[in-house]
Amino acid sequence: MHRYILGRLASAVPTLLIVVTVAFFMMRIAPGGPFDRERALPPEIEANVLKAYNLDKPLLQQYFDYVGNLLRGDFGPSLKFRDFSVNDLIFGGFGASFQIGSLALLLAVLCGVSMGTVAALRQNRRTDYAVMTFAMTGIAIPNFVMAPLLTLVLGVYLSLLPVAGWGGGAAANKILPVLALALPQIAYIARLTRGSMVEVLNSNFIRTARAKGLRERIVVVRHALRGALLPVLSYLGPATANIVTGSVVIESIFDIPGIGRYFVHGALNRDYPMVMGTVVFYAVLIILLNLVVDLLYAWLDPKVRLD
Amino acid sequence: MAGLPENAAAAGEFDEVEGRSLWRDARDRLLRNRAAVGAMILLSVIALLAIFAPWLSPHPYDEIYWDRIQAPPDFANAHWFGTDGNGRDMFVRTLYGARVSLMVGILATGVSLLIGVTWGATAGFFGGRVDNAMMRFVDIMYSLPFMFFVILLMVIFGRNIWLIFIALGAVEWLTMARIVRGQTLSVKRREFIEAAHAAGVGSFTIIFRHIVPNVLGPVIVYMTLTIPQVILTESFLSFLGLGVQEPLTSWGVLISEGARVMETAPWMLAFPATFLALTLFCFNFLGDGLRDALDPKDR
Repeated sequence: MHRYILGRLASAVPTLLIVVTVAFFMMRIAPGGPFDRERALPPEIEANVLKAYNLDKPLLQQYFDYVGNLLRGDFGPSLKFRDFSVNDLIFGGFGASFQIGSLALLLAVLCGVSMGTVAALRQNRRTDYAVMTFAMTGIAIPNFVMAPLLTLVLGVYLSLLPVAGWGGGAAANKILPVLALALPQIAYIARLTRGSMVEVLNSNFIRTARAKGLRERIVVVRHALRGALLPVLSYLGPATANIVTGSVVIESIFDIPGIGRYFVHGALNRDYPMVMGTVVFYAVLIILLNLVVDLLYAWLDPKVRLD
Repeated sequence: MAGLPENAAAAGEFDEVEGRSLWRDARDRLLRNRAAVGAMILLSVIALLAIFAPWLSPHPYDEIYWDRIQAPPDFANAHWFGTDGNGRDMFVRTLYGARVSLMVGILATGVSLLIGVTWGATAGFFGGRVDNAMMRFVDIMYSLPFMFFVILLMVIFGRNIWLIFIALGAVEWLTMARIVRGQTLSVKRREFIEAAHAAGVGSFTIIFRHIVPNVLGPVIVYMTLTIPQVILTESFLSFLGLGVQEPLTSWGVLISEGARVMETAPWMLAFPATFLALTLFCFNFLGDGLRDALDPKDR
């Protein structure tokens, strides 16, 4: 087990290096630069600015400098948000994104799995159709429509909740963004759970469990759910990385100080260190979460061996 | 000899009961699925509306009516869906949005299909080191954030709508490649592939003539689920202001404009959002129906 984890972490190093290399050079090949404005800077000033950020050195030299700094945990300065380092921005904003994201995920897993399970148990009956229609709606309505609608109904018409803003992290301010973020995920997870649950409920070991007289609740929760959760788990790995790194849409609609916007703004403004920071941060999360998923897989499914 | 005509008649009867192919079976199962058939009909209606959009309304899609800015739906002036903030007819703009959104969906999915199927089938067929290297590449692409790619491709290609299609397709092929590779691994050990090898057929002919047609089932299913995914991505990009440019429009552009004024001009959000949701609904129902039809043991 420990050796397996260490092995996986060791093999993540070359993967990360390739990710860094690909992203670094792809970004530099793209036209435009961080200091392009409507009005061009005078050449002397531009040269000075480039020099200040070491952007005047040969590209290869910059690449090795960057990797060197990265090994020391330094993402470099942001070119767009002056006086801030990318470390400050990413780790400063991650708190808010992580809170919203993890609450949304928790809600999505709880609701999605239970709805999917109920639908599978009542297959092709009214409850099943109701759950699946709800799930389809969650998928078919994009979150930049859902979020304003929720705001309009719960925030403006009923005045139950604050419409936007972070409010210093007050609980009431988190309800709407969490809900808007969770709804499509609930839909996906419910569909996945229902599909695999239907399959598992028809398998032989469930018939055996029922034949030996176990109560239905134990059959479902302890025997069936364990197998049915496997596809959900593989979905959750990358989904978690996507959700906890913040959603640009949700963060801009609800005005949340998270990191989702950096993914977009960095690339749009050619803020090279910011783009690299978000790429590395995301890649590390994906690699770690995939490892966690594989460990959980082995725990849930005794047929899976880690080696 | 008297029995001969009878035999011939009997033989004729046998001819009528032809063996049913896998595809015909699947089609029959699909046509029995009411949700899928309804989805197909509705999608055809939306597609026809989109194609014939210029002839369905007296208004051109970019004509500005200064005296009717953000006007609610009204039948006297044939603004069935009202007008937008610039005084342009929403009905015809919604249908023009359908043109762009549907084309983005279909073309980008086509690109992802082309790359994904070729990549996955090649990796699965050759196996070993080639497979390792190719799938490792897919893993690495997976761990790059999606937004990074799309925005990067868009700044490289500028705001050209045809290149947006290609950019989206170039991002969406990864899952397709994984699915095709998995299927190829199970098909390539079968006897008919061995027979093709024995007959001296070249590798690439085997891949495209013998393997690809046999992995088409899951590919078609995933394709119908990719189209709505791409349409959503396009509308998301439009929401960020990266989509198609004025005066051309897409559902995403219309929805993001409508969401801003949903309190004062709800029709600007309601109509494009309904069209988008209906289309996504239909593609998902169709995808589910196709999966049930092509892979009956899944249910």
